Amino acid sequence: MPAHKMTGAQAVLECLKREEVDVVFGLPGGVLLPLYDAIYQSDIRHILVRHEQGAAHMADGYARATGKVGVCIATSGPGATNLVTGIANAYMDSVPMVAITGQVNTWLIGKDAFQEADITGITLPITKHNYLLRSAKEISRVFREAFYIARSGRPGPVLIDLPRDVTVEEVEFTWPEVNLPGYHPSFKAHEMQIKKAAKALMEAERPVIYVGGGVKYANAHRELTDLAIKINAPVTTTLMGVGCFPEDHHLSLGMLGMHGTKYANYAIQESDLILAVGARFDDRVTGKIASFAPKAKIVHIDVDPAEIGKNVRVDIPVVGDAKNALAALLKELRPKQKGEWNDRIESWKKDHPMKYIPDMNIIKPQFVIEKLCELAPDAIITTEVGQNQMWAAQFFVHKDPSKFISSGGLGTMGYGFPAAIGAKMGRPDSEVIDIAGDGSFLMNSQELATAVVNDIPVKVAILNNGCLGMVRQWQELFFEKRYSATILGRTSPDFVKLAEAYGAVGLRATKPTEVEPVIRAALATDRPTIMDFIVNPAEKVSPMVPAGATLSEILELEWCDEAQTCHLEKIYADARKEVFGEEGS
Amino acid sequence: MKHTIAVIVENKPAVLTRIAGLFSRRSFNIDSLSVGATDNPEYSRMTITVHGDEDVLEQVIKQLSKLINVIRVSEIEPGEAVERELAMIKVNADKDSRSEILQIVNIFRAKIVDVSARSMIIEVTGDEEKIEAIVALLRQFGIKEMARTGKVSMVRGMRVIKA
Repeated sequence: MPAHKMTGAQAVLECLKREEVDVVFGLPGGVLLPLYDAIYQSDIRHILVRHEQGAAHMADGYARATGKVGVCIATSGPGATNLVTGIANAYMDSVPMVAITGQVNTWLIGKDAFQEADITGITLPITKHNYLLRSAKEISRVFREAFYIARSGRPGPVLIDLPRDVTVEEVEFTWPEVNLPGYHPSFKAHEMQIKKAAKALMEAERPVIYVGGGVKYANAHRELTDLAIKINAPVTTTLMGVGCFPEDHHLSLGMLGMHGTKYANYAIQESDLILAVGARFDDRVTGKIASFAPKAKIVHIDVDPAEIGKNVRVDIPVVGDAKNALAALLKELRPKQKGEWNDRIESWKKDHPMKYIPDMNIIKPQFVIEKLCELAPDAIITTEVGQNQMWAAQFFVHKDPSKFISSGGLGTMGYGFPAAIGAKMGRPDSEVIDIAGDGSFLMNSQELATAVVNDIPVKVAILNNGCLGMVRQWQELFFEKRYSATILGRTSPDFVKLAEAYGAVGLRATKPTEVEPVIRAALATDRPTIMDFIVNPAEKVSPMVPAGATLSEILELEWCDEAQTCHLEKIYADARKEVFGEEGS
Repeated sequence: MKHTIAVIVENKPAVLTRIAGLFSRRSFNIDSLSVGATDNPEYSRMTITVHGDEDVLEQVIKQLSKLINVIRVSEIEPGEAVERELAMIKVNADKDSRSEILQIVNIFRAKIVDVSARSMIIEVTGDEEKIEAIVALLRQFGIKEMARTGKVSMVRGMRVIKA
């Protein structure tokens, strides 16, 4: 086929087409005019966001929901720096993403030109790799490499900085094979190590399988489930691994760590063997690292060799893709019957179930999650960050890893709503619900316009407790109830009116009996919808391992402190009175 | 505990920044870093001295290996390698002290590469201990300025570290 000439911008679009990109999320700017002109003339779907951070999170949510590489675009300078949080978020959670940024003309780089920012320098520590293009001849090679790097091995974001003159330069399009002498992602686990791991698993009396996001990205949840059932080993997941093992299965321990179940944490501390798969022993998971799983041998399967031995000593390292490794391991294992260990776990589960105290008068946030789970069990759930996120992880029964999308490593408030839009773009036939807090939601609420204008009918369930709940919880527990800068007061905005102002649907529930009708109404509409649930502000996420404590020192915080509820509601009422006068109270 | 590692990298813009940035954000301590060309113009070679225990060394090697532009990372055991560093030392030298300095320079097989009425530049090559030793001896005359290259290191015998 004879090569044909095109502009750099057209070459970019040709690359996106060849990488099978069907949607990009972005916002244009001066240096991107040639690229956006090429987008105008192409059949790629472009979703215009209202803030570039939204574009990055949408690409991220799209990637997590579909397994494909998400693509976002921003202009030079402030456009590019607005992507930074979203890129860092994707990096921490190993999300495959390609971020394209505009850059000033090559001859102006380094001259502090208008809207110039050194975005490759800025994103160096938060990308898997990045590129600053100098010539249109590099475009196809770099784009092909970028997509390959983003999706292979341990996935991650790759940024391509595209100077304006490169996009107008004429180039003959070629499509060279990827040739990266310094990049060899590991896929297949070493046979010897698999045999060792299998032996350890067969010999273990108290095994626990500890599963992270690596299982999700490797699409290995079926292999994992088969393996756990074959040897009757209990399974606990990290926040990133939620859904990798069906939570309604008797071997499921739910989530472990700071806000995990008591029985998962007890099981870890008592186990004699931990099989860690695609997880990285994060501090929120291990608690005090020196006393983590003191009796256990550790087998660690990870695609990233640098994760092995980073935080804990590992007895049997297995470097490889989780799907390959688990399939190989499964073949080496003989079935194992249930034993005393399973009985102990059952009795822990019976003695320390996940629970909360229901209330007839005030909406409990956990009750909202349970109702959502009951009425929309197959929905894709995205979350914001804080209490809403933990309750969503704890009280929704998760069965599919691609249907729980949450900002784990970076803990980005404002993530869930744009991520929901991205997920809905990737899987339009699924119901997508963002479980949000009144604090987090406002951080990217401008994307309501994006959802409405592009007819992307995502649903948002705001657990409106009038405060920055997780921080308030810590202040209540560890700072003698001095609520420094955590009171939002339900004063502003009115979320129903906010939704309506954008052309979305706004619904509100103030009593427990209104919860189900509101959810039903939201699920019945095909428009973007906000559900504003006025929940008990005093509710805490429980149980909890205090920071720096050992996992077995997990505390139950389930008491219902009525005085706290009254105290907080009074603060809110006073705040409203101050802003709006008597009629506002 | 000090460790020497040789890193073969692609000769591309910002590679040094990537490596230096990795060290600072992961709190690894660099004692010395030198970088220069190899026989293949597409690749450069860095010699990095880090200190830390075995776990730190393992993390340094694994994290460096993750960088796309890094082709190869090898630890060099001090016993099995030739290690060299070059230093230039400008000392005070008048007619009274010149001959004494000259003696020291000869003992260390160093070179005098510049002489003026009141100073000399001494060039010395060797391992770290040798350079430390000559610096200590020259200190009595007053060191006005010093520039060191950082260490380069090569394994003895047939073992080869290249792309």
